[in-house]
Amino acid sequence: MEKQVKIKIRNLYKIFGPRPKTALDMYLKKKSKSEILSKTKSTLGVCGVSFDIYQGETLVIMGLSGSGKSTLLRCLNRLHETTQGSIIMDGQDIVQMDYHKVLEMRRHKMSMVFQKFALFPHKTVLENVEFGLEIQKTPEYLRKEKAQKALEQVGLKGWDQFYSPQLSGGMQQRVGLARALAVNPDVLLMDEPFSALDPLIRTDMQDELLPLRKNIQKTIVFVTHDLAEAIKLGDRIVIMKDGELVQIGTPKEILLSPSTSYVEKFVESIDIERALENIAKNP
Amino acid sequence: MIFSKIPLGNVIERFLDFLTKHISFLTRALSNGLENGIKGIESFFLFFHPLLLIFIFAILSWIIGAQETNVLQSRPTNLSTLKKMQHKASLMKKIPAIKMGIFTFLGFFLIWNLNLWDAMITTFSLVMIATFFSVLIGLPLGILAALFQRFYKIIIPFLDFMQTMPAFVYLIPAIPFFGLGRVSAIFATIIFSMPPVIRLTCLGIKNLPADLIEAANAFGSNKMQKLFKVQLPLAKSTIMAGVNQTIMLSLSMVVIAAMIGAGGLGGEVWRAIQRLEPGKGFESGLAVVILAIVLDRVTQKMAQKK
Repeated sequence: MEKQVKIKIRNLYKIFGPRPKTALDMYLKKKSKSEILSKTKSTLGVCGVSFDIYQGETLVIMGLSGSGKSTLLRCLNRLHETTQGSIIMDGQDIVQMDYHKVLEMRRHKMSMVFQKFALFPHKTVLENVEFGLEIQKTPEYLRKEKAQKALEQVGLKGWDQFYSPQLSGGMQQRVGLARALAVNPDVLLMDEPFSALDPLIRTDMQDELLPLRKNIQKTIVFVTHDLAEAIKLGDRIVIMKDGELVQIGTPKEILLSPSTSYVEKFVESIDIERALENIAKNP
Repeated sequence: MIFSKIPLGNVIERFLDFLTKHISFLTRALSNGLENGIKGIESFFLFFHPLLLIFIFAILSWIIGAQETNVLQSRPTNLSTLKKMQHKASLMKKIPAIKMGIFTFLGFFLIWNLNLWDAMITTFSLVMIATFFSVLIGLPLGILAALFQRFYKIIIPFLDFMQTMPAFVYLIPAIPFFGLGRVSAIFATIIFSMPPVIRLTCLGIKNLPADLIEAANAFGSNKMQKLFKVQLPLAKSTIMAGVNQTIMLSLSMVVIAAMIGAGGLGGEVWRAIQRLEPGKGFESGLAVVILAIVLDRVTQKMAQKK
């Protein structure tokens, strides 16, 4: 079956600071980051990244802090304004969209799960999950129905009247996930969603995400700093360093043929046999 | 002195004269209407027997005091434990609230007993009216200041001015425009007490956790949705703290304004001073303190987070 491209990212640049275009010029002329910083007071978040994201796949963007992975994610739903480049989804360039189209896209096509959950403390669990639907102006009875369904999907049936501070970390993140699922987006953006959880809970959540993925059949863009997590969850992995794309490939390709010494270093820290086993279990 | 004195005072006086000549007839007419309105509100409260109102106020402060405020300390993961903890917590809330209800009852009873009920109603009405307008104008200004940096920069010096300029300085000029009495008092009170609600609304909105605002954006809220569904509800406790401050400043200003005939408890204090009756002065002062404590505790309770 031919894989359809959902999102096409071409030559994406995101530069923070007062003079992004100048900084971009300097970067293209191969000037060093420190020189660019001192001359333009700008930092390079994402530098010339290009790749495709296929419909229905889980694409993991992996890198250390400062690699630009979270910035790249936020360019996809325009939480960050791109400096240059294009992001084409469903025939439209997200970078060029006007404000109203961006709102429409955020309401219906893409939703997000956050590292620190970002649940609204003044709303009940159900109201939190409903939030995206409320913004969509869905009528109340339909909202409640969809929200309840989403809560069930993440295993939190019965907790709808509680408030988020009353829940544990793992449960809060499930609410975050339910909130993102309730609006039934095409694309799910997940920004290090399990990084703030303790290790055992993290493993549980990863294990739950795998079958959930099959059920919901959405395109998932998942950001993490943990290569093991990337290998476990990703259909393909993008490795980033200092804003640049270092390698893109399936978990097997990354493990068995790391393209640079940087990737090699990461791979060294993984128990390769175990990882290959896991990959075999979850095609 | 190298320069001769800059005629700042003269300019202000000329400006005030100009205004007085041209618009004071308007403001005076307005003020008569307002004065009647205020008296109407006072008569409304005075219509009921004091004991009835004392009961109502006491019960209200008990109800407000009994609101849930604490977030549970530990995080249960099953439903039944959570429900048990919530039940226990809500029982514990009722006890301090009864104290507040009793204090309100006894305090207002004392005020009635000291023949200061009517005066208190006057002061109370003036505070409520002034607070109403301060919040009506101040809340939107605070929102604008939070959302638009340029507006914030413009309004800040005005706020500094309004809060620190000695109140008499704008109390006295109010008289040609609004006459002696309640309306001038309210005018000066509004100016003096509005800044806290503006500042704290602005602060409350600005200091919201950035990740919650990001989430609101990520799900496609437009500015209005974000403001009403996320920012204002989250900033509510800070905004209420601003309203609390505004009420307290209103109270102090209304008492001072007795000097220009506002009446109420301030008038009683003023009269006692003039007649060299420190005893009566103390009684009226105490009534002000009781009113202040009740208003403060009740609005503080409303400002506490769920």
